[in-house]
Amino acid sequence: MQLTFRVDGRQLTFYLSGELDEHAASSVRRLADDTIDEHSYADFVLFDLSNVGFMDSTGIGFLIGRYKKCKRYSIPAYIKNPNPSADKILSISGVYTLIPKI
Amino acid sequence: MQNYMKLELAALSENESFARSAVAAFALPLSPSFSDLSDIKTAVSEAVTNCIVHAYKGGEGRIVIECRIEKAPRGGILHIVITDYGCGIEDVEEAMTPFFTTLENDERSGMGFTVMQTFSTFFKVESELGKGTRVIMQKAVGM
Ligand SMILES: Nc1ncnc2c1ncn2[C@@H]1O[C@H](COP(=O)(O)OP(=O)(O)OP(=O)(O)O)[C@@H](O)[C@H]1O
Ligand SMILES: [Mg+2]
Repeated sequence: MQLTFRVDGRQLTFYLSGELDEHAASSVRRLADDTIDEHSYADFVLFDLSNVGFMDSTGIGFLIGRYKKCKRYSIPAYIKNPNPSADKILSISGVYTLIPKI
Repeated sequence: MQNYMKLELAALSENESFARSAVAAFALPLSPSFSDLSDIKTAVSEAVTNCIVHAYKGGEGRIVIECRIEKAPRGGILHIVITDYGCGIEDVEEAMTPFFTTLENDERSGMGFTVMQTFSTFFKVESELGKGTRVIMQKAVGM
């Protein structure tokens, strides 16, 4: 699992790639949170999942955790480009009601 | 002869990826669709992760994965049994409720069992406190 980010003006985009499971999530949680802290002025945060090949419920926990972090700064978060299998698990678990897909 | 396999793994999170890939690879002779494969991988990943984080709470332990193929005229049924010898579950019905988790502070969403249930054709959990837990799943593939 790799996590990179890009800042365009007041938009913070996270690019996740690889397999988002328990093993992977623990290694990128900190980086994601520090990045949100450093960009707490952002107008919104995007999670680009186009390169996530696999995701299980740990991934859901990871995304909801970052959503809560953003919420503390009142920054809305969105999900972009999930593949069909990520889309399935995100829909089932109701993540889109908190972090809409755009 | 019916095809089967048995895999025993240390309860380490670095084995999660191997475990789900191994089961998916075992199912390949049934000509699964891409979506079947991804359902199988996700369900196995959920069960194996639960053994690591709940049954053994990050400590030492072993996980046994048994698979069997039941052939049908077209495709077949993949039987998966995942066993741990950890702490067991006090109330299985409660544990299977969507959003129920005993590890709220660890960013658990409590959706693992719901995902396993949704992604498999048949699903059952057997557990005994102090003895361990067994997750039994079947997935109809290529039928
Ligand atoms: N193998 C197991 N051994 C002991 N307890 C378990 C086991 N599997 C699940 N549980 C219990 O059942 C609860 C629900 O499991 P489930 O997988 O649905 O959610 P979770 O693991 O808590 O969160 P998530 O899977 O969304 O990360 C767990 O919180 C845990 O208390
Ligand atoms: Mg779980």
